[in-house]
Amino acid sequence: MAGVELKSVRKSYGTLEVVHGIDLEVVSGEFLVLVGPSGCGKSTLLRMIAGLEEITDGVISIGGKVVNDLPASQRNLSMVFQSYALYPHMSVRKNLAFGLSNLRMPKSEIERRVADAAKILQIGELMERKPRQLSGGQKQRVAIGRAIVREPQLFLFDEPLSNLDAELRVQMRVELASLYNRLGTTMIYVTHDQVEAMTMATRIVVLSKGYIEQVGTPYELYNFPRNKFVATFIGSPKMNMIDATVTTGRAAVPDFGALDLPGIANGPVSVGVRPEQLIIGKEGALSAEGKVTLVEYLGSEIFVYVQMASGQTLLVQTDGKARHKIGETLTLSMTPTNAHYFDAAGKRIPVFDPAA
Amino acid sequence: MADATLDGQPTTAQIAAAIREEKLKRGKRSAFFKHIFLILTSLVMIYPLIWMVASSLKPDNQIFGDIGLWPSEFRWENYYNGWNAMAVSFTKFFLNSTFVTVLSVIGNVISCSFAAYAFARLEFTGKNIWFALMMMTLMIPYHVVLIPQYVLFLKMGWVDTYLPLIVPRFLAGDAFFIFLMVQFFRQLPRELDEAAMIDGCSPFKIYWAIIMPLSIPAMATAAIFSFIWTWEDFLGPLVYLNDMQDYTVPLALRSFIAQDSVSAYGQLFAMSILSIVPIILFFVIFQRLIIRGIAMSGLK
Repeated sequence: MAGVELKSVRKSYGTLEVVHGIDLEVVSGEFLVLVGPSGCGKSTLLRMIAGLEEITDGVISIGGKVVNDLPASQRNLSMVFQSYALYPHMSVRKNLAFGLSNLRMPKSEIERRVADAAKILQIGELMERKPRQLSGGQKQRVAIGRAIVREPQLFLFDEPLSNLDAELRVQMRVELASLYNRLGTTMIYVTHDQVEAMTMATRIVVLSKGYIEQVGTPYELYNFPRNKFVATFIGSPKMNMIDATVTTGRAAVPDFGALDLPGIANGPVSVGVRPEQLIIGKEGALSAEGKVTLVEYLGSEIFVYVQMASGQTLLVQTDGKARHKIGETLTLSMTPTNAHYFDAAGKRIPVFDPAA
Repeated sequence: MADATLDGQPTTAQIAAAIREEKLKRGKRSAFFKHIFLILTSLVMIYPLIWMVASSLKPDNQIFGDIGLWPSEFRWENYYNGWNAMAVSFTKFFLNSTFVTVLSVIGNVISCSFAAYAFARLEFTGKNIWFALMMMTLMIPYHVVLIPQYVLFLKMGWVDTYLPLIVPRFLAGDAFFIFLMVQFFRQLPRELDEAAMIDGCSPFKIYWAIIMPLSIPAMATAAIFSFIWTWEDFLGPLVYLNDMQDYTVPLALRSFIAQDSVSAYGQLFAMSILSIVPIILFFVIFQRLIIRGIAMSGLK
């Protein structure tokens, strides 16, 4: 087990800088998820930690040791690739043993480790098969097996579940989580799927355009997003954003009316309300009326799209048993303490946050 | 209609059956014509070979005089006599050809796949320029480099040895094979290399343990072409080999055509037939690898 430390790590391709000075500390034994839209640099960051991509500037250390110039094989880590990257011409057993035999490990030790991994991942009966004879889920297991036989101090996962179908993905997610609980090894996991991120991570790093937007536990990210990007990126369906203007401590929120925001400078402000925090009815302190334009029925819940008088459409999440029709007039209300506030630059204004 | 139901109308099933039958008939007829056409075209293609087989069994005076393919009498002794017609037996020529060809094939496959691996996977300065230069050599006809090459080998004292025929093959001299393999290597997923890198492989080990075993189809293709081209090469041996003891088979075949006396055509064709046997054998063995290689893919 080892922690990982990144100090102002940069990556450029020619003159194009794609990762702009990342500082990040991965605590030993944590399950850190890098999440962000495609092209945000999350995979590049992971590959730099793995040693598959050279860093342009900065320092990466693993377990307290600077690894900038260390080749991938000497960083004592394992990586699981999106395409699994199993060696097609080798049997499952050989795929698992290949890395170990490169380390000139004694045969008996290799056999023990391969057998252990096979037991953990329940791939014992697949050992003599070639990768092309395996299903997607089985390939995934073998790929993970190849990572764990090395007993590394660090696991890296590059979108490992994105090639699986939905059902299998959920199953593998659970298995990965239990594998983490069992091994307790530091894991860094890249995904664009926020459900994977939220469910598995001890901490999440949200990246955008080569910058870190926020690092925090899933709870922190969901409830105290540091900026507008994180607020809208985390949470599905997306948070509603209402643009308002503040004058002398009072915000004029379109449709909903005036709202006291003590101690906030004059100027534009964005009020973010998650769909499940919008209430149908007048229970909230601020309310407004709108027309239903679309109803999405998901069984356990319903998403209702409501067009307000100002023209903005708000998304409301409500109980699956509720009945709403297109064209119906609805009263929506919200509780100001449940909302999020962001300034003109998109930074969070901690109006109602509990003092840290 | 003959097969109509009681009320005089055919049932749907009957109509469907009739249409199916008609289709089947038409399919059979078109297949028949297709085969006739293919057989005729292949006959045209294979006629020279059949003519050669026939001629190898005819007496010399019938080869060009007789129009019929079937020999009036079978001169099997053409094979025996041809084999021993020269001062040096064909056993020696076949051994010489085998020696040159086997080494050339090995040299070509190893050296070209090395070069191809470098172009496909490694990073080095001027990679694109080197690649372009290499591709440009494809456009230079062999006959243009023949004389400078001869002068070079003459100065090195290699003329009258097999070295000019073999050593260049170990120096990745054939741009066609390199290009073929580069294209093949490029379609292998890079994640395989990366997984191997993490598994502790050096670039050479990645080539040896991952890339090469997965490239058997490309290697087999290169081996087959390399075998055919070297085996049947006439110009190279003609330029560099002077002593009959060193002659390869194509060069030896040339010796049947005498400038001043009567040529032994029957024996020439008999030996020509024997000379293509190794090519056919080699092709039959190695083309299986091409097919097996294709069946082995399916990486996802």
